[in-house]
Amino acid sequence: MARAITSQRKALNTALAWGVGLLIFFPILWTILTSFKTEAQAISDPPVFLFFDWTLENYSVVQERSDYGRFLWNSIIIAGGSTILGIIIAVPAAWSMAFVPSKRTKDILLWMLSTKMLPAVGVLYPIYLLFIKLGLLDTKIGLVIVLMLINLPIIVWMLYTYFKEIPGEILEAARMDGATLREEVLYILTPMAIPGIASTLLLNVILAWNEAFWTLNLTAATAAPLTAFIASYSSPEGLFYAKLSAASTMAIAPILILGWFSQKQLVSGLTFGAVK
Amino acid sequence: MFAKYALSAATAISLIAAGNASAETITIATVNNGDMIRMQGLTDDFTEKTGHDVEWVTLEENVLRQRVTTDITTKGGQFDIMTIGMYETPIWGKNGWLVPLDDLPAEYDADDILPAMRGGLSVDGTLYAAPFYGESSMIMYRTDLMEKAGLEMPDAPTWEFVAEAARAMTDKDNGIYGICLRGKAGWGENMAFLTATANAFGARWFDENWQAQFDQPEWKETLEFYVNLMNDAGPPGASNNGFNENLSLFQQGKCGMWIDATVAASFVTNPNDSTVADKVGFALAPDTGKGKRGNWLWAWALGIPAGTQKTDAAKEFIQWATSKEYIELVAAKEGWANVPPGARTSLYEDPNYKDVPFARMTLESILSADPTNPTVDPVPYVGIQFAAIPEFAGIAGQVGQEFAAALAGQQSVDEALAKAQALTTDEMEAAGY
Repeated sequence: MARAITSQRKALNTALAWGVGLLIFFPILWTILTSFKTEAQAISDPPVFLFFDWTLENYSVVQERSDYGRFLWNSIIIAGGSTILGIIIAVPAAWSMAFVPSKRTKDILLWMLSTKMLPAVGVLYPIYLLFIKLGLLDTKIGLVIVLMLINLPIIVWMLYTYFKEIPGEILEAARMDGATLREEVLYILTPMAIPGIASTLLLNVILAWNEAFWTLNLTAATAAPLTAFIASYSSPEGLFYAKLSAASTMAIAPILILGWFSQKQLVSGLTFGAVK
Repeated sequence: MFAKYALSAATAISLIAAGNASAETITIATVNNGDMIRMQGLTDDFTEKTGHDVEWVTLEENVLRQRVTTDITTKGGQFDIMTIGMYETPIWGKNGWLVPLDDLPAEYDADDILPAMRGGLSVDGTLYAAPFYGESSMIMYRTDLMEKAGLEMPDAPTWEFVAEAARAMTDKDNGIYGICLRGKAGWGENMAFLTATANAFGARWFDENWQAQFDQPEWKETLEFYVNLMNDAGPPGASNNGFNENLSLFQQGKCGMWIDATVAASFVTNPNDSTVADKVGFALAPDTGKGKRGNWLWAWALGIPAGTQKTDAAKEFIQWATSKEYIELVAAKEGWANVPPGARTSLYEDPNYKDVPFARMTLESILSADPTNPTVDPVPYVGIQFAAIPEFAGIAGQVGQEFAAALAGQQSVDEALAKAQALTTDEMEAAGY
């Protein structure tokens, strides 16, 4: 009996998990489906789900009108660059907070997070003026710096939580064996924290990939990433939902695939701190 | 990549060889409307004629507005041409943020620009942005449903008739709603429609001393009329409907009438997208017998920010894109129904364009719109569906929220108007009026 209930409950849980998963995925699925419809089918009421004349026309129109490759390349550089730069700065910072905490460490952590509480638009003008002065407007390096800065608190926080899980005694032992600080961080701490660093890396690539305020406001023609590519298909006077969906699908596809392949890393990394 | 560089190098060499050493690349910020998409497709013609290359930055309308405003106020110089409207142009022109377009050559024929458009894009008689396409608002209605209701749409109907027809055409069981109007909050969405409509009811935003007028009976009459009509004959969830949502409903055959931008006429009569393409009639926006119709005036115009280093090339582009020759180019390639409407007088004198079904009503709507004298009583501002002061967008955004809430039934018309009056008064006082 007990066994039957368990398997029933299991089936129920599975069904529930699938239900929630599909619910969350549905808008993305709908976008992908819409991208294969004609403009008339895209707005038809009642909406058509699967039985329509599948067409690739939207993709060819988007391909013809926009230089997808350039936007993609910019996205890769900006998301990848800002994440790597952030990790390089955050690893030593998180190390010192986790293993040599001072009286103020908790305050510093909170203060760092507080920078995320200000709406981005509040500092648009100061940043814009700085960018003009420094000649960084519409450059990839400018966006790498800005996105690194806005994601840095999250990177430091995540790494700090992972590092806290690692017993300080191991690092101590390394020190006893004569490891320098650099060797300690590079050869002992980092390899042990690889799952944590990997999931931090992935999460930040995703955050930077999807960032749509600074990437739209600080770019024009040269450094615009895929967020600008999507924005260019939204129309105030005209129904181009199918083309907009095709552009969106093309923009999210790389990150979706990356997320799919690294699912295990991402999940284990994200739950690492919670279930000891 | 290499091929691309090789190509641009080759282009550069051939241009230098042709003696055109001043070839430049200009960056243009614009929106993704059909006419702009066509313009982007035809850019090669411009490059061939002048040697200048064009980079397009296409953005969502609100993002574009924020983006170009940031750039122009900080003199960021990211754009050489900006697509702006009739709201920004006079304000920015007055602030010295735009390059005046007063030295266009004679063959451009600036006098051919429709007077209403020219007036709305000028400050003290100086043109600051050239209209790429212009629009007013008018009624688009279903001829078959009107006939079924036993009514006949006059060329210049009253609101009373429109309301009667809307209620008669409504058949909720079959998903037919007599009238689709904008309800989505936003200064360019529901407030554009309601501000213009209020003019027909004799209401105004401000009196001559810049005092908010939402506590006056004319506004109450406007808003009550609108909310009641939409409740009786409008589609469900109308407070979420903007231009695109109503366009979609109309094309699906769910609206008896739709009062909106004249540019929509080419969409609803296009058989590729519209299921009712052959059953659409047009009429002027309705009035209430007070001498004003609620038809607005808007232009998508091209302006040059004062910070650019490439003024000459930018001017060449504007001359190309807003010229008579450009209209002929589009007509030759895409047909007369697809030329950018509402900018030039000569277009409406062209016999080829007279066959386009919506041409006459579009022109009449544009010609009868008067931004300097928008409503029955005198006002201190310019603009029909807006007041051309910098504070308007922010205030109307908030008022739009209140009016949308009234339409959704979350508050009464009186409550919405009282809140609108209070917040407008506060904001205007804070702004020093």
